[in-house]
Amino acid sequence: MADVHLPRSLVALFPGAPRRIEARGATVAEVIADLDHRVPGIRNRLLDAGPSIRTHINIFVAGERAVLSTPVPAGATVHVIPAVSGG
Amino acid sequence: MSDRVAVLVGTRKGLFVLDGDADRQDWQVRGPLCDGWPIHDAIVDPRSGALYAAGGSNWYGPAVWRSDDMGATWSHSSEGLTYGDDGPKVTTVWNVTAGPDALYAGVEEAGLFRSRDRGATWEHVAGLTEHPSRPEWVPGNGGLILHSIVPHPTDTDRVWVGISAVGAFETSDGGSSWATRNKGVRADFNPENIYPEFGQCVHKLVMAADGGELLYQQNHCGVYRSADGGKQWQEITRGLPTQFGFPMAAHPRDPQTVWTIPMTEPEDGRVMIDGQAAVWRTNDGGSSWLRSVEGLPQEHAYLGVLREAMAVDRLDPVGVYFGTSTGQVYASRDEGVTWTLIADNLPSIWSVEAALLN
Repeated sequence: MADVHLPRSLVALFPGAPRRIEARGATVAEVIADLDHRVPGIRNRLLDAGPSIRTHINIFVAGERAVLSTPVPAGATVHVIPAVSGG
Repeated sequence: MSDRVAVLVGTRKGLFVLDGDADRQDWQVRGPLCDGWPIHDAIVDPRSGALYAAGGSNWYGPAVWRSDDMGATWSHSSEGLTYGDDGPKVTTVWNVTAGPDALYAGVEEAGLFRSRDRGATWEHVAGLTEHPSRPEWVPGNGGLILHSIVPHPTDTDRVWVGISAVGAFETSDGGSSWATRNKGVRADFNPENIYPEFGQCVHKLVMAADGGELLYQQNHCGVYRSADGGKQWQEITRGLPTQFGFPMAAHPRDPQTVWTIPMTEPEDGRVMIDGQAAVWRTNDGGSSWLRSVEGLPQEHAYLGVLREAMAVDRLDPVGVYFGTSTGQVYASRDEGVTWTLIADNLPSIWSVEAALLN
């Protein structure tokens, strides 16, 4: 199980969803698929066609910037962070 | 209980609802809704009473939001709102329109999607993007977007759409096949042929209350009407101060009355002419035009009004509403003769819609 930390602006889109949630998967793609079972619709907010992580979403596994194929070791901390932008 | 109007205002930083009293004189502002997402269009489906808002977040992508309690609580979905993993990205939703038997969404990159379950899931109406002209579609300044959706009022197989800068199309078989509907519409920017089959820069396509064949459009290159569902267009720009503008709205009962807001040409800023805000209307199908300014700012008012940012209600007399790129909403209770500022200091406005509640 990974320990997934979600941003406020994301969980706000899913009433009742927690900021911190456990999800299963050996890769980032699998963790997101499992997240989507727990929070239906969240995959579409994080992934674009490809599939690929949306341009302005950053995912870190154990502190390292990740892509969908990045391995997620058991117990790893996964952070989902919206890119810094403004205007 | 008397009818009252709610004006839905889609902005760069969320949806706002202006709740009017029975006289359309006092307005209460609610918002920002939809978590402050950019909202390009919002409607109330008269059949279900559901409020839909279409937009896209820079972070989280496109979605259509739905509220069954006029904005108190929301859900959202983009399930199926995709061209597939191998296709182009859908970046945002520009239009949501309720048809007689389905909900439609127009998106960027240009395409049409349909939902038969009140926006929970969407299916791509692939026939449009399979049109032989598709490889030659080019974006307008605002992108390659499908921004106008006009369902026939009773025939569920017929729908018109407007795409920038491609033009108008019609399907009469539920979306399987599409025909261009641009004959008679100029494309002045095309050096080879100003009357091409497609490539016109339609800005807004609307249907008059005349049974389903009478269309009007504000184009980059003039204002037009068509009495035969877009097969042939007649230009009705004469009498207007410029050919350029974005929004257009049609009277809910009188097919000869439409409103438009002429603006300076693109090279001159696309703003109200001479800094004097004005709305123009025709009551005779475009043979002549009337300018109305009463209640609108007449000095240093370099306002912009985008394609979706004008709307009418269904009361008698009809209320007309428009929103500006600088966050003002103006309303008229007398069919566009006199105007009142009903909201100010909102974020930049993309869309205005008037919903009748009772």
